[in-house]
Amino acid sequence: MQTQELEQVASQVRRDILRMVHACQSGHPGGSLGCTDLLVGLFFKAMNLKSDANGKVVFDKTGNGEDVFYLSNGHISPLLYSVLSRRGYFPINELGTFRKLNTRLQGHPTPHEHLEGIRIASGSLGQGLSVAIGTAQAKKLNKDASLVYCLMGDGEQNEGQVWEAAMYAPHHKVDNLIAIIDVNGQQIDGPTEKVMSNRDLAAKYKAFGWEILSMNGNNMSEVVSTLDKAKSLAGKGTPIMILMQTEMGAGVDFMMGSHKWHGVAPNDQQLADALAQLNETLGDY
Amino acid sequence: MAFFTYETKKDTRSGFGAGMEYLSQHNPNVVALCADLIGSLKLEGFIKNSPERFFQTGIAEANMIGISAGLAVAGKIPYATTFANFGTGRVYDQIRQSVAYSGTNVKICCSHAGLTLGEDGATHQILEDIGLMKMLPGMVVINPCDYNQTKAATIAIAEHEGPVYLRFGRPVVPVFTPEDQKFEIGKAINLIEGSDVSIFATGHLVWESIQAAEILLEKGIKAEVINIHTIKPLDSEAILKSVAKTKCLVSAEEHQINGGLGDSIAQLLIQTSAYPMEFVGVNDSFGESGKPAELMTKYGLDANNIVEKALKAISRK
Repeated sequence: MQTQELEQVASQVRRDILRMVHACQSGHPGGSLGCTDLLVGLFFKAMNLKSDANGKVVFDKTGNGEDVFYLSNGHISPLLYSVLSRRGYFPINELGTFRKLNTRLQGHPTPHEHLEGIRIASGSLGQGLSVAIGTAQAKKLNKDASLVYCLMGDGEQNEGQVWEAAMYAPHHKVDNLIAIIDVNGQQIDGPTEKVMSNRDLAAKYKAFGWEILSMNGNNMSEVVSTLDKAKSLAGKGTPIMILMQTEMGAGVDFMMGSHKWHGVAPNDQQLADALAQLNETLGDY
Repeated sequence: MAFFTYETKKDTRSGFGAGMEYLSQHNPNVVALCADLIGSLKLEGFIKNSPERFFQTGIAEANMIGISAGLAVAGKIPYATTFANFGTGRVYDQIRQSVAYSGTNVKICCSHAGLTLGEDGATHQILEDIGLMKMLPGMVVINPCDYNQTKAATIAIAEHEGPVYLRFGRPVVPVFTPEDQKFEIGKAINLIEGSDVSIFATGHLVWESIQAAEILLEKGIKAEVINIHTIKPLDSEAILKSVAKTKCLVSAEEHQINGGLGDSIAQLLIQTSAYPMEFVGVNDSFGESGKPAELMTKYGLDANNIVEKALKAISRK
């Protein structure tokens, strides 16, 4: 898929996110919009996913023989659900059930409801990188050359378990792992610099032994080229960390530049104003 | 008279180590993780046979649980091992989200449970782990009584699809159950038949209950002793059958009374047939430093207190 086509998918995914969060009047639009380009770049371009003879994706919960993605900051679930359904894992109209009673699209992702594409529960922060390491090591035992990706938030770096995992992966040469941190500089109580400064994430991960890349996560061609570069660095003895600069709320002008839209749903007028900024490229659900 | 005899005393954690050594040779999907306590968990045999299937996590239990979950997603059967205090309470949220709620096939196997780790004292003597683990939906909770049974349980849980908490301990205790027994999860074992009082025991308290039954017999009282090695799922049928006969009971465990085996039994009986019941366990307190036998006596986790509680239960009939 070319960059322009990926951007069109991203526009539709952003519409999905806004409509899902608006429909149930809850959820987390800010981080979801910020990470949209990454997830579209991963699922529609970078990742090698299992599919049938017609090219339709097939969900194998073990992820054996294909690339695996883990979302550690589970609150950006609207994004993950939209991308998974748009990629073909489950019916697009199921997006309308997000956060409603008896849905498979729980507030935070879980395999408990047997939703295709979800392998682990996340939401309580700091656990995803450890899980990703486990699957990466299983792939090595299985002589499976595919990769494991994991997305975390920058606020999530406050959690101690993240640093246990950060220490472990280089020590055990988990070099089939590409981790990404969404550096949007915001967390619930305000800017990360004010709440709990991460100081220099690149220096920290470098000191632990990671290979560090950085990119603008809201520039699709840069996302694609950086993921290509990360893949080329895999298998060389060290895990790879991409520090991804994003704008929370990217794609909707009035949602950008603040933590205000971390966990707030738009009202009817705000939804209309937001959707007016995003082309309906693939048809709303 | 002696209902059971034994030739040797061994620690249940060595039974775990023996089970792991067996699995290293018989189940290629089993992998082991340990948080800097290989010697205490007796993992040397497994590591010697299958070094590529062992993962040293360092002193980082939260990461160990997460990695185990990730290994399980890809089809491995991870055994995450450390002391019971660090493998349950310290990492409760990691177990809750990445293991129990995610339904990953992780076996959390912990040594040094309860008072009998002895001199290290209350910081390490977790007495709440059974309660913590049994509250998690879908979690199986097992506390075997001796070396042979721990080895058998270690092997058996690999065949069970889903999360398991396996609890064992540090001190050497009599080895009185059969070598190479088949371990059935959730199936209580009737060790001594009796008609006057039922004693339901788990873990190290099973042997103490057998001793109690001998003392009671000298007083002309026939106690029934049942080994509840699986606290969850609880063998309701075996419990109801026994109390229908004896009409009173005692629970015995190296754990807080709150949240333990006795709690589970009481919850079952109050809904069906409530009989006089007494509890042997730690009564809402922390442990302390001391020799294991001294601690078990001080906190009432021994044969004499089981006898006393049995007599009390009988008197309340």
